[in-house]
Amino acid sequence: MLKDFFGKKVKVINLGIASFADDLRKQGVETIHTDWRPPAGGNKKIQALLNKVANWQSQVKSAKGAR
Amino acid sequence: MHIDIQQANAAAVSAIQAAQPVLKGIDTAINIVPGMKKNLILHAGPPITWQKMSGPMRGAVIGALIYEGLARNPEEAEKMAASDKIEYAPWHEHDGVGPMAGVGTASMPVWILEDQTNGRKTFCTLNEGLGKVLRYGAFSEEVVTRLKWMETVLAPVLKAAIPLAPQINLKNMIAQALQMGDEVHNRNKAATSLLIRELAPAIVKTDFPTADKAKVLEFMHSNDHFFLNLSMPAAKMMLQAAEWIEGSTIVTTMCRNGTEFGIRVAGLKDRWFTGPAAIVKGLLFPGFTEEDCNPDIGDSAITETCGLGGFSMAAAPAIVKFVGGTVNDAMNFTRKMYEITDGESQAFQIPNMEFRGSPLGINLLKVCEKNILPQINTGIAHKNAGVGQVGAGLVNPPMKCFEDALEAYVEKYCKDE
Repeated sequence: MLKDFFGKKVKVINLGIASFADDLRKQGVETIHTDWRPPAGGNKKIQALLNKVANWQSQVKSAKGAR
Repeated sequence: MHIDIQQANAAAVSAIQAAQPVLKGIDTAINIVPGMKKNLILHAGPPITWQKMSGPMRGAVIGALIYEGLARNPEEAEKMAASDKIEYAPWHEHDGVGPMAGVGTASMPVWILEDQTNGRKTFCTLNEGLGKVLRYGAFSEEVVTRLKWMETVLAPVLKAAIPLAPQINLKNMIAQALQMGDEVHNRNKAATSLLIRELAPAIVKTDFPTADKAKVLEFMHSNDHFFLNLSMPAAKMMLQAAEWIEGSTIVTTMCRNGTEFGIRVAGLKDRWFTGPAAIVKGLLFPGFTEEDCNPDIGDSAITETCGLGGFSMAAAPAIVKFVGGTVNDAMNFTRKMYEITDGESQAFQIPNMEFRGSPLGINLLKVCEKNILPQINTGIAHKNAGVGQVGAGLVNPPMKCFEDALEAYVEKYCKDE
């Protein structure tokens, strides 16, 4: 069905929900599943805190490189 | 501040790997536990007041006050427990750990472990067995009588036997037990057997009456969890080695008091980060339902913090018959824990994962970034004082502990970023 829609063989990389990949495989579609989740489960506050840590560490590493 | 987190964490994991906990002996808590006092009750988990204690924790306090002779009956004990005559503190702040309610008092005998690398000590009471026991909040006469026997017979016999036995390196013993299907949190069958193998000849060599020596051996033999009270202080000792490495985001403590779950982090000295303890999902003994279960309780999550327990479930497939789930689940729990840890244990290897080292060094940043919580397996206490264990299962810490710790970390180290 998918092949008909795209007009050629489809290969899929599925991110996140595993059942989407399972359904495609059942239809004979070559599928790779990646267990991807948004950073910090999508929690904006935690993402912001993690960014602060990452920025600080970049500065620490740059300072080290400059020495 | 010019701290490289990767380097700080590598130092923390190396320190954990280098620790060498050996069994040093047994003594009465008042003689050896730092800061121990006659009116002090040490307990599992983060700090808590009598008013906020859950049923099993209160039950254990009542039993301990009767055992100490500070109260004659449960009513008297409750009054005393709520008064300012009794002080409470976490075992973790006194270099020790306690399973389930984890209540420890002045007269109780404790195992003494020593780190061969630096001489630092950790402590834990002796395991009472399963069923109606103090650590699950039971305080009936049989519970107190057993505690008295442990104080007057079990501990003196073992204390005399330990110097007569070859030195017991608990890290090596745990490593061996993992090769034999234990994860040394909820499955300690192999480790208990290994301990008996080492101690039995020495017990026989002591001068105690044969009946006492036989009863000691029978007691150890009848309790598959006897080793738990050694795996816990051994794990505590290894993690203490990472306290308090500046800038490190490695988690050094995970524990519960039956009301709250608490964690501590290497780079955030002495600070507790808490959240509500969850209800454990698992297998319940016949006649009990989820309604009977107390929230998560005990210091035994120190094993997971050290890469054992739920983190090493792949090494102990038989445990799913006790805590629930499938063998595949057990394998997947271990695999998942590599995503939130910085190292792999050099000592603790998992045979059916090609002897890969167990996931070691929980990194606060990875837990927050990946939104993956540490996996813990644990016993379940009845919510009411005096009943005891009702099952065993699987549980995770509340994410709040880790979120609050991250916020405190940023406040301390990245204020100006």
